[in-house]
Amino acid sequence: MRILSLLLLAVAAPTAAVIRVDINSGTASPLPIAVPAFPATADAATAAGTTTALGSQVAAVIAADLGSSGLFRPVDAVATVVSADVIAPRFDVWRASTAQALVTGNVTANPDGGITVGCYAYDVVSTEELARQGFVTTAANWRRAAHKCADLVYSRLTGETGYFDSRIVYVSETGPKTKRIKRLAVMDQDGANHRFLTNGQNLVLTPRFAPNQQTLTYMSFADNRPRVWLYTIGTGRQEAIGDSGNMSFAPRFSPDGTRLVYSISQNGTTDIYRMEIASRSVTRLTHGPGISTSPSYSPDGSRIVFESDRGGGQQIYTMNADGSGQQRISFGEGRSGTPVWSPRGDLIAFTRLTTGKFRIGVMKPDGSGERLLTNAYQDEGPTWSPNGRVVLFFRTAAGRTGKVDLHSVDLSGANERTIKTPLDASDPAWSPLLP
Amino acid sequence: MQNRAATVAMIAILIGVGACSTKKKVLPPTPPPAGAPLGSGSATAATPSGTDSGTVGTRAVPGSLADFRATSGSDTVLFGYDSYDVDDTAKAILGKQAEWLARYPSVKVTVEGHTDERGTREYNLALGDRRASAAKNFLAAQGVAPARLQTISYGKERPVADGSDESAYAQNRRAVTVIVSGAR
Repeated sequence: MRILSLLLLAVAAPTAAVIRVDINSGTASPLPIAVPAFPATADAATAAGTTTALGSQVAAVIAADLGSSGLFRPVDAVATVVSADVIAPRFDVWRASTAQALVTGNVTANPDGGITVGCYAYDVVSTEELARQGFVTTAANWRRAAHKCADLVYSRLTGETGYFDSRIVYVSETGPKTKRIKRLAVMDQDGANHRFLTNGQNLVLTPRFAPNQQTLTYMSFADNRPRVWLYTIGTGRQEAIGDSGNMSFAPRFSPDGTRLVYSISQNGTTDIYRMEIASRSVTRLTHGPGISTSPSYSPDGSRIVFESDRGGGQQIYTMNADGSGQQRISFGEGRSGTPVWSPRGDLIAFTRLTTGKFRIGVMKPDGSGERLLTNAYQDEGPTWSPNGRVVLFFRTAAGRTGKVDLHSVDLSGANERTIKTPLDASDPAWSPLLP
Repeated sequence: MQNRAATVAMIAILIGVGACSTKKKVLPPTPPPAGAPLGSGSATAATPSGTDSGTVGTRAVPGSLADFRATSGSDTVLFGYDSYDVDDTAKAILGKQAEWLARYPSVKVTVEGHTDERGTREYNLALGDRRASAAKNFLAAQGVAPARLQTISYGKERPVADGSDESAYAQNRRAVTVIVSGAR
């Protein structure tokens, strides 16, 4: 559901902010920020609780979002905010705390049953207003309004687009390693609103979002015919489309959502193909030798990064979107696979394989500037936050349990976090920012 | 032994005549042969186990799945790390599988390709396809009609051994010939 955003009246034209968060500094000096409970303009009942209760919950979600980035450090509120304070904060009180920035706002029940969340950010030291915006949505959708507010603050203070109002699709796992049951599941980026999409009857792998966030592409072993499927989230409709009689897998959407790139295996050889989704017409992009798979489009749709073992072991290659100009870009130690182009276009995340260990790394699209961000038994399958600043991946533990869960790491490699899921989790894919 | 097996089969068939639809249910349960990759999943799973499996095999109905496993020595062949080369041990097993399939021309099989966990998910799907195809192509070269042979890759999704050590890896790098129809 779309969230209506509105400019609140009497916006002070924001001048150059005194405080600014350096996104490249990792967790070295996260900005202390206060996010006290948002007051209700008038306490009123909504379908999701009272506006007073929602005000506390909204503030908690915003604080958690900002804190999870590693760029902000939420600090305890030193004062209770009342309605009158929202547009005229008591800066003297806040200056007495460690907070350098203040996020506040209010929650209003609308006559149609919806809510408006007002969101304001201030520089505590200079008393300057940094941002203000209102978000109108259904009461049930209050978390999204909170994420939108967190994105506004993040964006204003870092100069980058936010990523908190987004979702994650992944594969939920249960059962012994030899008989894993796998189900598609979707949740908000902070783990809320978790929902299973498939029932576990069929083995499913590698779900990925379409740019519209409403369609997924994934691989299913339904009917013992492993191939590419589409899933429509709203209706639950599932449709096999990789129907060539051979295994098709590793699907991803083009940035405009009209095409898929994926692999087909035929008699031991695996190549990359492109499908026009509307017409189902298929074009072959690679012609061996060996295995070419895990294709991912550049954000402008002009290039594709993929992996191939044509030169011996798995390495990363790029090509033009029509298959021309194929060239190897990874030359580091060991093997490299599962490349994914950042939505910013500036980096490619990948999995590095060395002597039984997998690590997550990033490199520039020409293969230079390689950096490894993680170090564990098996870290695999990176996916980018919508702003290209955080990489999500899955981590498998060695041994009989096969314990596997989701982790995120920022580009500094310093802010690594576990993403909580109800069961084991693998194959994450991050959505674009929601509209 | 041959006679006894034939007798067991005859009894099974006679019972089967009276109750066609429940034929499978009245067959005596056949213990898995020593070479099958079930149970302990020992590292010798793919080694033809000669008289041992022969002893068990006397209880297998000719043309049955158990008979296939016992006669071939195993339904499973193993591969080296990141390899899809069919080695001599694998060739011996696949050769016997092909002989058995020649005797039962109505049987159709699917060759499953599997990998160990030391590869990324999508690459391993492709590697599993390589292994299944290599085993299938060997069977076809021995005269099994390609129309009777299908392949499927499970990549690293269906290990038989759940450890993260060399022994487990070795057991999991495999191609398994699974009878899908036509067996007795």
